[in-house]
Amino acid sequence: MNVDYLQLLKLLAPECVVVLTVLAVLLADLQLWRNWSVSARSFGAASVLTLGFGAAAGLLIWKRAVTADLLGGSLVLTPVSQHVKLALLGLAVVTAWLCTEGKFTQHVGEFMALIALATTGMMLLVSTENLLLVFVALELVSLSLYVLTAFNKGSARSAEAALKYFLFGGMAAAFMLFGFSFLYGLTGSIHLPIIAAKISWQAADPLTLVAIVFVVVGFGFKIAAVPFHLWAPDAYEGAPASAAAFIASGSKVASFFILGKLLQVGLPGVAGSGAWKALAPGWMAVIAILATASMVFGNLAALAQSSLRRLLAYSAIAHAGYALLGLIGGSQSALLYYAITYAVTSMGVFGVVAVMENRAGSESVVGLAGLRERSPLLAGVLTVFVLSLAGIPPLAGFFGKFYVFIAAAKQGEGLGYWWLVALALAASCVSLYYYLQVLKQVWVVPSERPGQGGVAGGIVVSGLLVVLAVVVVALGCAPELLLRFLK
Amino acid sequence: MLAWTLYISFAAAAAMFLLKPDSRQGARVLALVAALAGLAVGVVGAVQHSGGGLVTIQKLPWVPTIGAEYHLAADGISLTLVILTGLAAVVGILFSWNVEHRTREFFAFYLALIGGVYGVFLSFDLLLLFVFYEIAIIPKYFLIAIWGSTRREYAAMKLALYSFIGSAMVLAGLVAAYVVSGAQTFNLIELAKYPFPVAFQNWVFPLVFVGFAILAGLWPFHTWAPTGHSAAPTAASMLLAGVVMKLGAYGCLRVAMTLFPEGLATWRNVFGGLAVVGIVYGALVALTQRDFKFVIGYSSVSHMGFVLLGLMTLSTIGLSGAVLQMFSHGVIAGLLFGVVGRMVYDREHTRDLDELQGRRLGRAMPFAAVTFVIAGFASMGLPGFSGFVAELKVLIGAWQTFPKLAVIAGVGIVLGVAYTLRTVQKAFFSGDLEDVPGTPHGGHGAGEGTITLPEKIGAAVLIATTVVIGLYPKLLLDWIVPSFSTPLFDGLRKGGLL
Repeated sequence: MNVDYLQLLKLLAPECVVVLTVLAVLLADLQLWRNWSVSARSFGAASVLTLGFGAAAGLLIWKRAVTADLLGGSLVLTPVSQHVKLALLGLAVVTAWLCTEGKFTQHVGEFMALIALATTGMMLLVSTENLLLVFVALELVSLSLYVLTAFNKGSARSAEAALKYFLFGGMAAAFMLFGFSFLYGLTGSIHLPIIAAKISWQAADPLTLVAIVFVVVGFGFKIAAVPFHLWAPDAYEGAPASAAAFIASGSKVASFFILGKLLQVGLPGVAGSGAWKALAPGWMAVIAILATASMVFGNLAALAQSSLRRLLAYSAIAHAGYALLGLIGGSQSALLYYAITYAVTSMGVFGVVAVMENRAGSESVVGLAGLRERSPLLAGVLTVFVLSLAGIPPLAGFFGKFYVFIAAAKQGEGLGYWWLVALALAASCVSLYYYLQVLKQVWVVPSERPGQGGVAGGIVVSGLLVVLAVVVVALGCAPELLLRFLK
Repeated sequence: MLAWTLYISFAAAAAMFLLKPDSRQGARVLALVAALAGLAVGVVGAVQHSGGGLVTIQKLPWVPTIGAEYHLAADGISLTLVILTGLAAVVGILFSWNVEHRTREFFAFYLALIGGVYGVFLSFDLLLLFVFYEIAIIPKYFLIAIWGSTRREYAAMKLALYSFIGSAMVLAGLVAAYVVSGAQTFNLIELAKYPFPVAFQNWVFPLVFVGFAILAGLWPFHTWAPTGHSAAPTAASMLLAGVVMKLGAYGCLRVAMTLFPEGLATWRNVFGGLAVVGIVYGALVALTQRDFKFVIGYSSVSHMGFVLLGLMTLSTIGLSGAVLQMFSHGVIAGLLFGVVGRMVYDREHTRDLDELQGRRLGRAMPFAAVTFVIAGFASMGLPGFSGFVAELKVLIGAWQTFPKLAVIAGVGIVLGVAYTLRTVQKAFFSGDLEDVPGTPHGGHGAGEGTITLPEKIGAAVLIATTVVIGLYPKLLLDWIVPSFSTPLFDGLRKGGLL
């Protein structure tokens, strides 16, 4: 196989810049800033990361119209994948700045470096059609995220969360690799288009089903779909807020992208069906079951939560269920629009959580009482984020849901996936209750201790939160702003 | 031109947050100016519009990927309801001049709600209409939960969940219509042309109709209405009964009935029956209530029953009666809630009719008593008031299609007289004359007793409106009736239903 290394380098330049950023952050933190205060170092590291990622983003924008397929599907670039990478870079930068809000560690350089490493993994994940590279990239993401989760060394919950996340994750990765090995055994290839050409029910083999289930188990864990969600509430609760935000956003976007690609590009011949009264074996049926379980269980469990983070975790599980509808609908743009807007929104909520914990020491839903007096700005942005999660127009969350519903409703003959759309609608009625409970604390309930001091995040974080809120509103009012980059 | 109604409302809602947090007078004046501007734009736009045909106001691509457009247009039905919204908004602000708690936010939520309502009445793109419809839900929740009275958090949540469930049903129908037609458009007029399969219409029509009708207080999905109305602050109850319930009825007429005429033909008897049950049930329950606001709340359910019955007649006379009844009930219910919530409750701090019985409020508050008596007469449907014309038209329409139901609905009118008179009697004119020496009755200081100027103006405006429309209904009917000849109603006409 002839490899044009120069071209490879050109195409992978953004990833290379991100890796260089990892080194730059580590080096600067180790050598230059030894005598600085922690907060100064975290600002420094975030700035370096922003610069590096800005450069990578510049390269991506420069090459955004590229289409390439190198080394037998090891590197597959399309305009959509370039745009998704841009979104991932953006989310990572916001995560880095959120990290400046919170004093959970001395080792900010390492923390930032891990964020950048995870980002590298995500970027590789969205630019390959090779099963082995998928696995490697996914492991790079996962290992970085396990460490990020455990980063709050002073907190036992952080360690517990990371251990739980790691054990579940390791198990899921094993399943996935096992599934991949079956796929390889069945087709003799690890390249998705070739697998697609060789695998179908005509050559029916029970092993195919095993492979599908194992692969879905692995990804079900990444996207926190029921019944592979058990790590999520603990990880969301124990991890440093910025790490949790990254798990909930960047990692989800990349995982949904590659899951969609793997199933739609790699396994279209064994889609099967989860349509009404037309159940047929295949991944559609498996995904439909996951979506159902996630929407029902996530929303019902969220009703009972008193911790804001756990509530967000269960709401994330429910949202994974809605997003799977986009996957079933076979619409990449619906899935990605949903995943990206959800990522932006949950990043915002975790930003508010970070500020509340850091400045007011409260992490429960009730702790938000009287927030509109204590911090009108936080109250305002939190309202935007929560309403978007609830799917109230004209916010991004509404259009995301609407678009995946349309995609799912179009799929199949006759009643098709209508049962799933109906269920999703019913589930979102349930979810309105707990989202309104959060907003009730913010707007209706007075502060527990009158005269309680105000809460205000740092100026950068506050600014970022406002930007995220504006993005949520803008993408809701004019979805085309994002949609045209996802087609 | 008409589009400015909603822009002004939303802009003013946002501008509230530019004011100083404690500037109450500023907030009130800003809200009043915005509402007046909205009303003025509405009236001018309506006069220029002339005729009642369908006129496009604005049509821009919105989400080309799925074919949604930013499409605002108006026909006579929209115009009637836009003017109603403007009136209700202005009067609601006059009646909430005494809101001292978080005034700025109160009017911000209030104007956001108004903006959403204007948006619904002017949208001719189904997705856009839905977006505005949902925008109206959240401000309602906050208005009731923050500024409400009796069991406010419960009532607010109930109202929000009912509205949201209704809109989820509508959304399901909307997605279904879009997917099945395969037309890549949400344009109402285009979708109305599409012949949906009958079997499909038979299940989608009830879904969408009930989804909207929940907000119109259709029995048995009306239970949010009395609790919501009575917990809400005065201005919010005026809006809820005055305009928000109309959103539901409007959606039934504009979306469910025009898109799925065959489904309508299948289900009209059922919904006609439910409407009549609502008329009689609402009236009977109103007859036994102790809470003053609950009486009005259930009377709203009863009067909205007439709207739904009028819709189900499917004759021009019945339909135009239904639209006129929307307008008329909006004005009259606003007036009734204004008297109860602002004039009586804010001063007496009770709405319990048995407690009010001894106080002879007719003596203490002659203005309130006179206003309520007039509003009561209008609500009963006395000739000379708008309610008479509207309900008469509905009954004539119903007589042609469902004679039996018309008779039962007539019983509802009699019951309406009964509960109105009972309430007037209990609230204002009972108690020993000797006991009450002409001064305001205990529990409140002097000065609170006198009705303020804003209240008087508000009441006068609403009374004048109901009388003018009662005496000269042609004013609105000239807009409403031609609306039914627009292409939107082709489906209904083709089926011989109209």
